Amino acid sequence: MNVIPPPSGFPQSRWPSLRDQIRRYLQIYVALWRNSVTREMTFKTNFLLWIVVELLWFALQLCFIEVIYLHTDAIGTWTRWEVILLVGTSHCIQEIFQAFFLINCANLSDLVRTGKLDFLLLQPVNARFLVSLRQVDLGSFVNAGIALVVMVYAMDHLDLQITPFRVLTFTALCLCGILIHYSLMFLLAAISFWTIKAQGIVWGYYNLFQLARMPDEAFRGMFRFVFTFIFPVLLVTNVPVRVLIEKLDQPAWALTMVLMAALCLVLSEAGWRVSLRHYTSASS
Amino acid sequence: MNPPPLMTCAMRLKPPQTLRRPRCGAEVRKYLQVLGLGFQSHLAYRFNFLARVLFSLIPLTALLMLWETIYAGQTAEMLVGGYTRSEMLAYYLVAAWVHALTAVTEDDWQIAADIRDGNINHLLAKPVNYLAYRLCLFASGRVVYAGVAALPLAGFVWISGLTVYVPTDLAVWMWFALSLALTALLQFFISFALAMLAFWVLEVSTFIFIVYAFEYIASGHLFPLDLLPESLRWLLPFTPFPYELYFPVSIYLGKTTGSALVRGLVLQCAWVGISWWMAWWAWRRGLRRYGAVGG
Repeated sequence: MNVIPPPSGFPQSRWPSLRDQIRRYLQIYVALWRNSVTREMTFKTNFLLWIVVELLWFALQLCFIEVIYLHTDAIGTWTRWEVILLVGTSHCIQEIFQAFFLINCANLSDLVRTGKLDFLLLQPVNARFLVSLRQVDLGSFVNAGIALVVMVYAMDHLDLQITPFRVLTFTALCLCGILIHYSLMFLLAAISFWTIKAQGIVWGYYNLFQLARMPDEAFRGMFRFVFTFIFPVLLVTNVPVRVLIEKLDQPAWALTMVLMAALCLVLSEAGWRVSLRHYTSASS
Repeated sequence: MNPPPLMTCAMRLKPPQTLRRPRCGAEVRKYLQVLGLGFQSHLAYRFNFLARVLFSLIPLTALLMLWETIYAGQTAEMLVGGYTRSEMLAYYLVAAWVHALTAVTEDDWQIAADIRDGNINHLLAKPVNYLAYRLCLFASGRVVYAGVAALPLAGFVWISGLTVYVPTDLAVWMWFALSLALTALLQFFISFALAMLAFWVLEVSTFIFIVYAFEYIASGHLFPLDLLPESLRWLLPFTPFPYELYFPVSIYLGKTTGSALVRGLVLQCAWVGISWWMAWWAWRRGLRRYGAVGG
């Protein structure tokens, strides 16, 4: 814990309570948001172009699904609109992850290389908090919204019995999915701290997380095991969508996903601490 | 008697009697040198390349499994867009190979960064053609990359137990090799032309990603282009994209033969010519507004 011991003579009762701590971190986070908005608005064209890029890649995924379903009726038991819902959900989860975490994780190796990490470590706040949440990618919220529209449209075609409970479970599991994305990416960035360039990490990330939007039924054997229990990317979207369309054969899968998310978070924290222990500043 | 030192200096400064263009042999030797340099600098990144190849096997496996599932769901030995199950799987494997041999990985970013940071200054002062210089670096990079990729890809085929389709006709191999070389040139010139945007805008990555998205779907990365509806297939030869991947793969698999092959090669040559001209034109125009940042 990065709590600085109080100076001598500091009255015990003034020790910050949990509520004060939370308020303080919220204040910091609001300041970070304000910075990000300013930054994005400085490069307006670029901001808009990135939204277009993301939108184009999303459209491309949908085209792929459309082309496949020109030639077949089902992938395993997954029908066309189910897969579109899957791709939409996957995109939505990914965009929200991107909005909060992606650039920050990708920038970690740059921070190490340039020695700017020293500056962050010196701040009287939790270093992981600062490293993970420094920048907000506002354009991603726009794309998450577009993905949401596609999801609703697909659900409309599926004729589902939507209950508030199911939507709530779905949302909670999606949040777990974001947590898995974040933990894996953070772990990836923390492990490769001093070897691989930022581009390499992002490249690895795109390859790994592509799996999240594919129906899990397509995979078997070792491959499925590895990407369910070791790098649980196959759980990220499939489990929540299965809950929504009543395709979940065993409720245990939902529990598994929550547990895997927690496990990933713990592991990424461990990886981060090991990396920090081996950190030697580049600047001095 | 030795001339005084100052004298020798002046003599050295005097231009040679005949200022001819350097001989062809010297030109070739110069770029061979660049090629050698490229090998060395790319070999330094061999582990980065290896990581890249290994990571790219994940989506490849996923796509192969996805198609196996689709074919398993069909009733009889059915064709999807004219492809049998084994042909479809072969398509992705050959495409992975062609991609390893021809795709631009980092050259476009590097060129754009060179321009933005003013690194091209010292190259401009030298008697090298930047386009040719970059082409040599690209070629050496591809050879190193393909060399690094050979083992993991071969291992992948071996483990997955897929049968690899090998054409027996020598002519097919010849046309494939020719088309492969043209594909590499096309990829390079398009990337070079795009990177030239760095003369005008600060941030080129968005533009590169937009074109890359079109390349990704329209060149046949995700699926063989035969699966597209007729109207779209008709439109594709009017774009350079199919010649960036799909065309050589379809020659290898024996899907494009006879007059279609000849027509395709002619169009591919045309696209290489157009992209080369665009790259060259953009470079000349760009230099005119170049401010040599970082002097």
